[in-house]
Amino acid sequence: MHGLEFDIAHLLAGGMVVISLLLLYQDRLYALLKVFALHSLTLALAVGWQAHIQEAHHLYVTAGIALVFKAIVIPIALYRIVRQLGIHRTLEVVGGVGRDMLAGAALVALAILVMLPVTAGTDAVAREDLAFALAVVLLGLLLMVNRHNAVSLVIGFMSLENGLVLAAAGARGMPLAVEISVAFSVLIALIVIGIFLFRIRERFDSVDMQAMDAFRGGRRR
Amino acid sequence: MPLSLLLSLSMALLVVGLHAISAARRTGRSQQTYGISLVICVILLGMALVHLLSAAAPATLILPLGLPWLGAHFRLDALSAFFLMVVNLGGAVASLFALGYGQHEPAPGRVLPFYPAFLAGMNLVLLADDAFTFLFAWEFMSLSSWALVMAHHRESANTRAGYLYLVMACFGTLALLLAFGLLAGPQGGYDFATIRTAEMTPGLAALALILVLMGTGSKAGLVPLHVWLPLAHPAAPSHVSALMSGVMTKVAVYGFIRIVFDLLGEPVAWWWGGLVLGLGGITAVLGVLYALMQHDLKRLLAYHTVENIGIIFIGLGLALAFQGNQMYASAALALTAALFHVLNHSLFKSLLFLGTGAVLAATGERDMERLGGLIHPMPWTALAFLIGAAAISALPPLNGFASEWLTFQAILLTPELPQWLLKFLAPAVGALLALSAALAAACFVKAFGITFLGRPRSPAAAQACETDRYSLTALFTLATLCLLAGILPGLVVDGLSPAVSLLNGGARLPVQQSQPWLTLVPVVDVKSTYNGLLVLLFMALSGILAAVLIHRFASHGVRRSPAWDCGFPDVNPAAQYTAGSFAQPIRRVFGSVVFQAREQVTMPPPGDGRAARFEVKMRDPVWDYGYAPITAAVIAISNRFNHLQYLTIRRYLSLVFGALVLLLLGMALWR
Repeated sequence: MHGLEFDIAHLLAGGMVVISLLLLYQDRLYALLKVFALHSLTLALAVGWQAHIQEAHHLYVTAGIALVFKAIVIPIALYRIVRQLGIHRTLEVVGGVGRDMLAGAALVALAILVMLPVTAGTDAVAREDLAFALAVVLLGLLLMVNRHNAVSLVIGFMSLENGLVLAAAGARGMPLAVEISVAFSVLIALIVIGIFLFRIRERFDSVDMQAMDAFRGGRRR
Repeated sequence: MPLSLLLSLSMALLVVGLHAISAARRTGRSQQTYGISLVICVILLGMALVHLLSAAAPATLILPLGLPWLGAHFRLDALSAFFLMVVNLGGAVASLFALGYGQHEPAPGRVLPFYPAFLAGMNLVLLADDAFTFLFAWEFMSLSSWALVMAHHRESANTRAGYLYLVMACFGTLALLLAFGLLAGPQGGYDFATIRTAEMTPGLAALALILVLMGTGSKAGLVPLHVWLPLAHPAAPSHVSALMSGVMTKVAVYGFIRIVFDLLGEPVAWWWGGLVLGLGGITAVLGVLYALMQHDLKRLLAYHTVENIGIIFIGLGLALAFQGNQMYASAALALTAALFHVLNHSLFKSLLFLGTGAVLAATGERDMERLGGLIHPMPWTALAFLIGAAAISALPPLNGFASEWLTFQAILLTPELPQWLLKFLAPAVGALLALSAALAAACFVKAFGITFLGRPRSPAAAQACETDRYSLTALFTLATLCLLAGILPGLVVDGLSPAVSLLNGGARLPVQQSQPWLTLVPVVDVKSTYNGLLVLLFMALSGILAAVLIHRFASHGVRRSPAWDCGFPDVNPAAQYTAGSFAQPIRRVFGSVVFQAREQVTMPPPGDGRAARFEVKMRDPVWDYGYAPITAAVIAISNRFNHLQYLTIRRYLSLVFGALVLLLLGMALWR
């Protein structure tokens, strides 16, 4: 393992964590989408770099899938959905940059604390990758917990899934078939979610989750 | 290869069950299913007997089924051969009975497919030689018998019984699963051969014993895990009740013996025996007390199953106590007594349940208060039932006496035990055993007297007629076996010896066949012996002598005069003893303490035309203090968490997120 190869892998994976943190405080939907596209692009680069240094050619396919679907198709699709729903001017109240950043930093620290001792036996790239991937997953979950808007939830979910792909690329031996099926399942999830967004909109005149809670029937307590 | 033949015959039973699904749609096809089941059971019975009596070496077989890295292990040794004999004897007789009784079944489609499957499941449990196969067959047996319990599911009591049965069966299997997990150890050696050789720490072994006691005890009906049994066993059709009570509980006993005596092996701590012994004693007495309070004939019999399971566990507990002190000769006696009682109970309990089935088919009644006088229309059924009742009451020269006598002989050896606690506990349990035997006799005087003697208490009982020939053949097969096992106990004890020596480090009872006059001599240097043949001869001779003397010297003239009628010359059937009134003295002595029985007499004031009322209120202590609090706690907890069902999606996500972070934090801090 050359120093440079390791450094670039480290840079790209770390970049994903930083972009995940960026996602946390984007209060406009378009900005959120653009940052997500950047996130996916970084993922594609990271996976491509892993394919290069591991000489695992099937990972190039994974990187390609990430590039085409996650960095281009899904953001564009969501972009159009947002425009059609007419919510591009909506400002989402984010809990506060400082608070979110502190929570995110704590999660990253937690991920590293958990992962590094567990993977003590494996090589450095995989260890860093796994730690960063767990951090991305946790940050994605935090994003989903923090937001009210359904589109933001979708983005949180997609960024979470990016973290999973990063982990899969770092851990050698993930079969291509699994990668492809995961990629397609995400795509199908997007279609389903898109349909649901419009249905929700039709029903409730909003895609704000808080507005929907008011409609919940039969709720006890 | 007898083992592969046994397995294929068990599979054949499954095929019969599948075939019955289509056969049941056509009327009159039930005989086919029962007939084939009968033939297969008889073949299985013969093979098991041959294996047991020839003392053949254990046969093993591994099939590429089940878990891929484990396979399905099967094994036939003396112990499984003995239980195979018990199971298939019960299965054969129940099938024979059902050839006639099955005609009365209103919904054959709900019974026919599961009946052979139930038999197959029990056979597979006995042949299994790894934990996975054992648990699979065990669950198969539980579920198919559950389906049979639910055969008449339109009666609400049956659905409740089925639900309770399902819950308790799941609980038992869970306990067994955990026990096997402990036995297999961290390496996961789930086949019995590996478990046998594995070393266990005493603490883990004790935990495994308690889990096994819960798992098999819930199936066998050990107090306090018996609550489902008196509800579920009577709910099934009578020939299935006979199988469940007479046979399936024995499969549970087999599970206990197989795991505790065979798989856990040495060393046993001495208190294990005490625990099992105490549980057995409590079960025996409580079972018979419950039975005395019952007026439903089938439920009464089911409670007697609980009692007899207690007696079997007393024998097993004594055997554990003796083995824990390396007293193998005494342990052989206790084990023989327990296994002998397993056989006996399967004989007479099947007989009694089948007899009840005949009564039920003839009258449509299970409630004793609505029966009576059946000895006149159904003399043969009454005779067979009487033999079964005498056998379960442990009257010589029948088989129940022989095995209970052996159990008492084992108790008489306990003063040689070094532990003082056991020295005191064993005689106390002996007293409980004696009490339960006496109460059982009282209970069967009630059951037989109220059902078959006196005058009919309902029109249905008055119009009953004798049952069919198949059923009578089945009844008298069992009655004959009860008598034979009672007068020739030595032969049975010799037949049991391979199984006993397998479990007992090679020690067994002395050979009985060489004793003069077929006397039963349990211990070489002991004074007490029993000879069922001599007892029978004495009874027969004295009976004939008495009859001759009476006929010789008494007057030949027939005199008819009014019966002694207590000043009420207009006798109607309601003036007879009822089941409740017969049991009243015992209810007053024991029931007021154990069941908090309270009697209340409401007399109408003078001039009021209403009838006086007599009410008895009883509480079930096991249910009220054991199960009701658990149920209440479960309901309270689920009510508390009920609102979790109605959270928003963000709340759910937050819960998942919080749980994940907490777990990760725990993991980070733990290291």
